Amino acid sequence: MAFKKSAVPFSGTAEQEERLRAVIAEHKDDPGALMPILQKAQEIYGYLPIEVQTMIADAMEIPLEKVYGVVTFYAQFSINPKGQYKISVCLGTACYVKGSGDIFNKLQEKLGIGSGEITPDGKFSLDACRCIGACGLAPVLTVNEDVYGRLTVDDVDKILEKYN
Amino acid sequence: MDKIRNLDELNAIKSKAAEVVNVRVEGKDNGVKDVLVCGGTGCTSSGSMKIIEKLEEEIKLQGLEGKVNIIKTGCFGLCALGPIMIVYPEGTFYSKTELAHIPEIVESHLKNGIPVKKYLYAETVDGDTIKSLNDTSFYAHQHRVALRNCGLISPEHIEEYIARDGYQALNKVLTSMSQDDVIDVLLKSGLRGRGGAGFPTGRKWQFAKASQNEQKYVCCNADEGDPGAFMDRSVLEGDPHSVIEAMAIAGYAIGANQGYIYVRAEYPIAVERLEIAIKQAEEAGMLGDNIFGTGFSFRLGLRLGAGAFVCGEETALMTSIEGNRGEPRCRPPFPAVKGLFAKPTILNNVETYANVCQIILKGPEWFASMGTEKSKGTKVFALGGKIHNTGLVEVPMGTTLRTVIEDIGGGIPNGKKFKAAQTGGPSGGCIPPQHLDIPIDYDNLISIGSMMGSGGLIVMDEDNCMVDIAKFFLEFTVDESCGKCTPCRIGTKRMYEILTKITEGKATMEDLDKLEKLCYYIKDNALCGLGQTAPNPVLSTLRYFRDEYVAHVKDKRCPAGVCKSLLAYKIDPALCKGCSLCAKKCPVGAISGEIKSPFKIDTNKCIKCGVCASNCKFGAISKS
Amino acid sequence: MVNIKINGRDYSVPEGSTILEAARLAGIKIPTLCYLKDINAIGACRICVVEVKGARSLVASCVYPVNEGMEIITNSPKVIESRKTTLELIISNHKRECLSCVRSGSCELQELCYEYGIDENKFLGENPAVDIDDSAAHMVRDNSKCILCRRCVAACAVTQGIGVIGANERGFATQIASAFDMNLADTACVSCGQCITACPTGALHEKDDTDKVMDAIADPEKIVVVQPAPAVRASLGEAFGYPVGTNVEGKMIAALRRLGFDKVFDTNFSADLTIMEEAHEFLGRVQNGGTLPMITSCSPGWIRYCENYFPEFIPNLSTCKSPQQMFGAIVKTYYAQKLGKNPEDIVSVSVMPCTAKKYEINREDQSAAGIPDVDITITTRELARLIKKEGIMFNDLPDEQPDSPLGEGTGAAVIFGATGGVMEAALRTAVWKLTGENNDSPIEFKEVRGVEGIKEAEYDVAGKKVRVAVASGLANAKALLKRIKAGEASYDFIEIMACPGGCVNGGGQIIQPASVRNFTDIRADRAKVLYGIDESKTLRRSHENPDVQALYKEFLGEPNSHKAHEILHTSYKAQDLYR
Repeated sequence: MAFKKSAVPFSGTAEQEERLRAVIAEHKDDPGALMPILQKAQEIYGYLPIEVQTMIADAMEIPLEKVYGVVTFYAQFSINPKGQYKISVCLGTACYVKGSGDIFNKLQEKLGIGSGEITPDGKFSLDACRCIGACGLAPVLTVNEDVYGRLTVDDVDKILEKYN
Repeated sequence: MDKIRNLDELNAIKSKAAEVVNVRVEGKDNGVKDVLVCGGTGCTSSGSMKIIEKLEEEIKLQGLEGKVNIIKTGCFGLCALGPIMIVYPEGTFYSKTELAHIPEIVESHLKNGIPVKKYLYAETVDGDTIKSLNDTSFYAHQHRVALRNCGLISPEHIEEYIARDGYQALNKVLTSMSQDDVIDVLLKSGLRGRGGAGFPTGRKWQFAKASQNEQKYVCCNADEGDPGAFMDRSVLEGDPHSVIEAMAIAGYAIGANQGYIYVRAEYPIAVERLEIAIKQAEEAGMLGDNIFGTGFSFRLGLRLGAGAFVCGEETALMTSIEGNRGEPRCRPPFPAVKGLFAKPTILNNVETYANVCQIILKGPEWFASMGTEKSKGTKVFALGGKIHNTGLVEVPMGTTLRTVIEDIGGGIPNGKKFKAAQTGGPSGGCIPPQHLDIPIDYDNLISIGSMMGSGGLIVMDEDNCMVDIAKFFLEFTVDESCGKCTPCRIGTKRMYEILTKITEGKATMEDLDKLEKLCYYIKDNALCGLGQTAPNPVLSTLRYFRDEYVAHVKDKRCPAGVCKSLLAYKIDPALCKGCSLCAKKCPVGAISGEIKSPFKIDTNKCIKCGVCASNCKFGAISKS
Repeated sequence: MVNIKINGRDYSVPEGSTILEAARLAGIKIPTLCYLKDINAIGACRICVVEVKGARSLVASCVYPVNEGMEIITNSPKVIESRKTTLELIISNHKRECLSCVRSGSCELQELCYEYGIDENKFLGENPAVDIDDSAAHMVRDNSKCILCRRCVAACAVTQGIGVIGANERGFATQIASAFDMNLADTACVSCGQCITACPTGALHEKDDTDKVMDAIADPEKIVVVQPAPAVRASLGEAFGYPVGTNVEGKMIAALRRLGFDKVFDTNFSADLTIMEEAHEFLGRVQNGGTLPMITSCSPGWIRYCENYFPEFIPNLSTCKSPQQMFGAIVKTYYAQKLGKNPEDIVSVSVMPCTAKKYEINREDQSAAGIPDVDITITTRELARLIKKEGIMFNDLPDEQPDSPLGEGTGAAVIFGATGGVMEAALRTAVWKLTGENNDSPIEFKEVRGVEGIKEAEYDVAGKKVRVAVASGLANAKALLKRIKAGEASYDFIEIMACPGGCVNGGGQIIQPASVRNFTDIRADRAKVLYGIDESKTLRRSHENPDVQALYKEFLGEPNSHKAHEILHTSYKAQDLYR
C-alpha cells in the first residue's frame, strides 16, 4: 500500500501541541470525544497529519487506525494541508442546474489541479462542496471567507486575478 | 441575565421585551425605527454584514443614534433578493441592498420618514402606495409556524424570544402537565417528523418514555444534508431558542436530562447562534438544574458534523456523536430502546422541534386544524432551481405544488416551460407537470414516487435533462454512501455507471432494464433508509420521463440538449455571416471557414463547450 | 420461547434468538458473509436477508430478533433473487482468480456463488486499484479480493483489542487497511493471523513457504528435520474431511515422513523442555524474589503484543524461548553434535498452528548456534496444501510414531495447544518439585481449562499459596494486564496466549467457515483432542520425559544452567511502532 503520509513536512510547534493537549484534556471525560477533538485539532494545525493523529490516538488510548478511519470518513477532515486560498465550488443541486459544474471544470483547468488538491506553490487548493445554502446566489463559489455568486464561467479569471 | 425562577419572572421579562419587539410585530410607532437586516447565510453571503457596518456608520454620521435600532435577524425567506433589510414600524422591504444605497436610505427614510422607493422590493411598490410585505404574492400564501420568529426577532437575544411567548411552553409543561399529558398533546396534534419519513412525533416520544433506563437522551438532527435544502439552518439562525425549548420539553416528556444537537459544520452562523442561545438559556435557567424550580434538569451539548450526508440518518447520527465513522446500524433495536451510547434516545429534526412549543401553547386542535387528514400543520420548503423567488416558504400541508411554484415562487424565469419539481433530495423523486395540482403531504408525495424529505424543492425547466438529473443525484449518493452495506456501496456505483453509459449514448435497452432492476433491489436490500431511498430519483424519472431515457439509449439523443456526448453544434449557413468570431473564440480550433462565407464546425474536434453559440451575434449556431 | 412461522411451518424458538439462529434450529441454513458470532453482528453484507411479514424491506436475519407471531420467509423468489444480485455485485468488485486462489475450495463467497448460480459478468464496472501488502513476515493482504465484510477488522479490534486494520475512506472507496495505508509491517500488528482465519475469501492469507520446504528436502546436502506443534494434530484432519475435533497425530507423522523429511520429530519434546526451564525459572523467581508475576512466553503473538503495548511487563516475561525455538536450538546444537554435523547442514522446519511463528523465527536472540534456530515454518494450512499437492492420500495413511531422540512428549506437552495447558503443565512439574518430588502430587488442574477468556485459580502448594491466571485472546490479556497495573489483581504466574482458546484456534489452523464457527465452538472441540491424548498417556509430567532427561544428562546439565540459558533463553525489548 502506498503510505498516505503528507508530502509536506510536518512543522507543528510546541505551542500547537500544548493547545492540542489542552483540548484533549478538556474532553477527557466526554463520551464520544474523538470528533470534537479532531475538529479542534484541525483548527489548530489546519490539517490532520499522521503526527497529529498519533498524538490524539496515544492520548486517548485508541488505535491510530480508528482515528484515521474516522478522519477519512468525513469530508471535512483533511490529511493534507490546504492552500493559502481555499476555493470551494458549490455543486449542490441549485448551483449545479445553473452551471456550477462548468465553473468547477474551468477552475481545474486554470489551476491545473483536481478536486482536493493543492497547487505546488501552496497558494490555491480546490474543492467541490455540498450546498452552502446560498442557493439564491447560484452558482456560487467561495475563496476562504469570500463568497462569489451569480457566476458565469467568464468570472473565473477575474476572481483568480484578485488573489494573484 | 438572572435566573428566571418562575412564571412571574418570565412574564416580567416578556412584557418589558414586548415593548421593543412590538415595533415590529404590531407596527407600533414609538418614535424609534427598527432596521432589521437579514443575517442568514444567504444574505450574509451577499454582503449583509457590510450593510450593517455601513448603516451604523451612516447613522452615527447623520446623528440618529438612539433613534434607530439595527437588528441582525435570521432568514426572511426571499434569499434571491439579498441582502434584505426591513424598516419598522412601517415594514418596508428593501431588497438587493447595496452599500451605496445606505446614505440615501438613512437620510430619506430613517431621518425624514420617506422610504426610498427605487430600492424597495419591486413587488411591494404599486404606483404611489407601498404594500406590506405580507401582501406580496411570495408571503400571502404562506403560513408561518416554524418560521414565526425568523426575520422578526434578534436570535442573539433571549429576551426577544421571551417577548414572543418564549419558554412559556416549557413553564406550562413543567408546572402543569404530566409526561403523558405532553405526549398526549403531541399525539393529538398529529405532528409528524419533518426530517423525511414523517413518523408521528408523539409515538416516538411514547416509545422512549416507555423504555426503562436511568439515562436517556434527546437529540436534534440539524445535519441538513439534502442539496438545496436549508429550512433547518434558517430556523437555527433565526430562532434557535424555539429548538432549545422544545428539546427541554422532550427531555421532560421522555425522562431525559441530556440532549445533543448535531449540526452541520457547514453552517457556521447557525452554530454560532446556537452557542450563544444555549449560553443565554443556561444563564436564564432555562437549561441546567432545577428549571423553574421544578426539580427538572436538562443540559444541551452541541456536536458538529464533519461533512457526511449519511449522518442525517438517525442511527448514523448517533454513531457519529459517539465518535465513530457515521455508519448506520441495523434496527431493531430502535433508538427509543437502544440509541445513543446504547441508551433510549429520541431524535427529531429542527423543524419538528420548532413546532412543538406552539402546539403546547395553542393546543393540539389548533395545529390539527391545519393541513390534510394525515399530514397536519405546515411545512417549510426551500425553493430553488429554475424559479423566480428562490427562498424559504412555509405553507400549510395540502397546498398544491402549483401554488408553491407559480404563486409563491413566481413561476419559471425566461418564459421557459416547467418540467419537473424535485422534492426530498437524493431520497426523493421528480414530480412531473401532471401532478402539479396534487396537495402536498407525506402520503401523496410517496404515492407519486417522491417523498417529503426535509423539504428541498428544486424546480426544473425544459432545459434540464432528467437523465442527467438522475445521474447527478446518483453521483451524490455514490459519493455519500457510507460503504457499509453491499447494495448501497456497489449497487449505487453500478447504477451510476449505467446512467453514465446512458448519457454518453453507449447504453442498450438491456442496460435500462438492469438499471431498473437494481433500483428495486437496492430499495429492498439496503441497510438504512438513505440507501433504500437512493434509487428514487432514478425510479421517478423512469416513471415519468422514460421517453427521455429511451431517446438517449435508442436515438442517442438528449432531448434537453444537456448530455454533452450526445450533442452536436451546428452552424446554420443561412444565418452565418462569416464574421469568424466563433472560430476565434473556439478553444480547440474546431471552427474554420473563410470570412464572409459560412463557417463550419469539425465535430471530431469539437468539445461541445458552447462558447461559439454564446458568442454568435446572429444566432446561427445551435445544438442538436 | 416464542412461536414463529418459518416458510409456513410453525416453530417454537428461544426468546432473543436472531432469525438466523431460529432458522438454524428449524434446519434451515441461511447464508451469511459478514456475520461472525459475538464479534461482528453488523448486518452489512445483506446476503442473509429474509422476508418478514409486515416489514417494509427485506431484513438481515443475522441481527434481526424474532418475536412472538413473526412470519418469516427464507426462500421466496424475491429473497433468492436479492441474494443472487448481492453476490453478483460483490463479484463485480472482486478479483476473479478463483482457479488458483489459495482459498479456492474453502472460500465462502465461491461456495455461495456456486449455490446461487450467479452470472459473474452481470455487472461490470470500475474496480478500485489496490496494492498488495506483503510487507509483513507472516501474511499477504490483497484488497482486490476483499468483500468488506469486516470480519478481520472485528478479529483485530474486538477479539484481539489491537485494531491496526480498519475501514478507511467511505462509500465505494472504502478499504480495509492500516492507518494512512501504511504497510502492516510498520504497524503494531502482532502477526497472530486471527484476521486470516476470519476472512471468508482469499483477501488475507499466510505467506506460503511450502516451496522453501520442498527445495530443502530436494537438496541432498541438507538434513531436513521437522517438528509439528501439539495443536496441529487437532486441526489438520479438517482439511481432509474429518470433523472438527479429530485427532490425526499418527497420520500427520506418516504424512510428514512421506513428504521426505529426514527426521520427523515432535514439538511435544520441546514443550516438555520448556516446562523444565519455565517451571524452574518460576520456582527460582519465587525463591529469589524475582519479578512476579511471571508470564509465559510461548506465544510469539503475545510476546510482540507485550513489547508493543505493555513494555512495562517485559521483566515479567519468562526468558524461555518458545517450544518451537527451543526445538530448533536443540537441533542446531545437541542434535547436530550427536550427528556429527555442522548446524549449517541441518534445515530446521516447523509446522505450526500459528502465523506469528513466521515472524518469531526471524527475531533477534533466537540463534543458539549462531544461525537461526528454525529455518522455515509453515502453518497447518500450508502443510495440508503440501500434502495434497504431493499426492499423499492422507486419509489412507497408517498411524506412525515420531523419530527419536527428539520425538517423545508427555501428556503435559500436548496440552500446550489449549489455553491453560502451559499453566497446567508447569503446575504439574512445579507442584511435584515443591512437594518434595512427590510422584503422587496432582496431575490435573481443571480450574485452568476451558475456553473462557480469563481464568483464575489459587493453589495451596506445600503451604505456599500460588495465585495463577490464564488469558487467551489479546483483548482478554489487555483487560488482565490493566487490572494488574491498576492494582486490582495480583498473581504469581500467568499464562497468556495470543489466540482465543490458545493454539488450537491459532491463526495458522485450518479455516472453518462462519457457518461452522457461528454454531459450534471449534476451540473446545479441538482442545478435547489434546486433553484426550494427555489422558491416554502414561507419562503426564514433563520432567518424566526420557528424551528430555537424556538431554539434560548428556548436554545441558541442570534446568536453568548456564548452558541452558545460552541455548534455551532469549530477551525482549520495547518496540516503537504505530499502534
